[in-house]
Amino acid sequence: MKMIVCVKQVLDPEAPPTKFKIDPNAYNVLMPSDAAPVLSPFDEQAVEAALRIKDANGGTISVISLGANLQRDVVKKPLSMGADELILLEDPAYVDGDSWSTGYALAAAIKKLGQFDLIFCGRQAADSDSGQVGAAIAEILGLTQVTVARKVEVMDGKVRVERVTADGYETIEAALPALITVSNELGEPRYATIKGIIEAKRKEPIVWKPGDIGLDTFKIGAAGSRTRMVKVYQPVHVSKCEMVAGANEEDAGKNLAKKMAEARLL
Amino acid sequence: MENKGVMIFAEVTDGKLSPITRELLGAGRKLANDLGEELSAIIAGSGVVSTAAKIAAGVTDKVYVVDDPLLKDYCTEAYAAVVEKVCQIAHPRILLMGHTTIGSDLAPRAAFRMGTAAKTDCIALDIDDMNKQLLVTKPIFGGNALAVFTMETFPQVATIRVKSMTTQAVESTGKGEIIEVALGLDPAAVKTTVLQKVVAENEGVKLEDASVIITGGRGMGGPEGFKQLEELAKLLKGAVGASRPACDNGWVKDIMQIGLTGKIVSPDVYIAVAVSGTTQHLAGCSGARNIIAINKDPDANIFTEARFGVVGDWKKVLPGFEAEVKKLMGK
Repeated sequence: MKMIVCVKQVLDPEAPPTKFKIDPNAYNVLMPSDAAPVLSPFDEQAVEAALRIKDANGGTISVISLGANLQRDVVKKPLSMGADELILLEDPAYVDGDSWSTGYALAAAIKKLGQFDLIFCGRQAADSDSGQVGAAIAEILGLTQVTVARKVEVMDGKVRVERVTADGYETIEAALPALITVSNELGEPRYATIKGIIEAKRKEPIVWKPGDIGLDTFKIGAAGSRTRMVKVYQPVHVSKCEMVAGANEEDAGKNLAKKMAEARLL
Repeated sequence: MENKGVMIFAEVTDGKLSPITRELLGAGRKLANDLGEELSAIIAGSGVVSTAAKIAAGVTDKVYVVDDPLLKDYCTEAYAAVVEKVCQIAHPRILLMGHTTIGSDLAPRAAFRMGTAAKTDCIALDIDDMNKQLLVTKPIFGGNALAVFTMETFPQVATIRVKSMTTQAVESTGKGEIIEVALGLDPAAVKTTVLQKVVAENEGVKLEDASVIITGGRGMGGPEGFKQLEELAKLLKGAVGASRPACDNGWVKDIMQIGLTGKIVSPDVYIAVAVSGTTQHLAGCSGARNIIAINKDPDANIFTEARFGVVGDWKKVLPGFEAEVKKLMGK
């Protein structure tokens, strides 16, 4: 199995909401000084999905990440988990794109990598929450797509995917090659091993500039976008919470029930 | 050809229009009125769409029906072909879908195939008076910020978040024209097969329909506490939900997850027990009319959204709460 996983470096989505600030003029999000970037969590699960297939069926995993100022300890994490190589599309021309222009650049890199069986993406990035880059890659490369996977297995030359639905899941069988997007129901990604961390330290990522993969800069990043952000703002929350107390915690529970009854909520 | 009119992609369940479709019709009608243009709908499926098409025709100007055996189960390839085909005939300015299992998969793929773009999971739609462009509002960073986008290509495609729009009352006056469109897709183009559909629904009241929901979070510490929540839910005739950490830890079924990537609910009363209240979780429950929070951390974000709050350990607060509820209910 030759597998490719696309991963994105994002602001830590676990950082407390109070630390989150935006710059409405720059259409940009200000990084809290003490919040280090991380891999988008669904992308780590996409790496895990590929690793499980590597464990079961053998094969290689190439990881691609697109952006600028990619922190090596962040983007190398898939290597320390067991992926084989890392390709970085790192250049200012790649950034600030939409799903289309980002997918366009990633598809060009995948073409350069050559033949493959499976491509994995996270179901959506933790920053843009868009969930469209997978579809863009699949459309450009003419691939079957299956989104929001909770389990992925390869058998008899086909991929079998359990896709999360509103009331459960459905099992879909697809011919290879295919593109799969992975959801958190897949389960926790594995920890990096000590051996993996050492090997990841040694491995240098391959960096491809737009010219290396035959891309004109007007087709990628912000220039290649088909959508435009016209405004960004932080919703204002005015807390109106009435705190209910009591002589002790059990008593506070009783008082809560009384309050709710008064407000006709019971 | 100039793109005109608003089109919605209708979802049909058991021959009836799904709840999201009524929201799409409501949102679509408003945009169409603002533009002074037509509202149309796509209904696709296999052998089950005629009744739904008649209903949709009651509130739209045109309904495009695509009925084909290849459309029995949802698959991206066949449904993208439906959208492409109908848009080639109708040239809509705007195409709306639900941010559902189907719409979230279909909208981007169909949009890219048509050389345009989509925005997903939108919670507000407006028309720019200056240039008739669609403006969509979409939560980003898990809901920590809201962004307004426009698309520079047509049709402008958007998926709307479940329960974010006013629904359209469906009358059956049947003024719309029903237009049948042949799919004409080579079956070999479909490279996926649905082997099975597993419904893992919870017992009792469905989360989406419940008027009372009791949700347990990371602070429950394990599966045991959820038994207590179930007891309470039975008492209040409600349903039990869970935050993502509780599901990811395997304490409860994934199907119970409420939040950005889980279910979106809008009960009258939402009791959040040991839920910190990340913006991703609030995305799933902020439609609740009354949020009640029990959390031992006085700074927990859930309190910012709550009407009533108790700071304390749920293990001690809940027994008192349950006893008093029983007393008040005369049980």
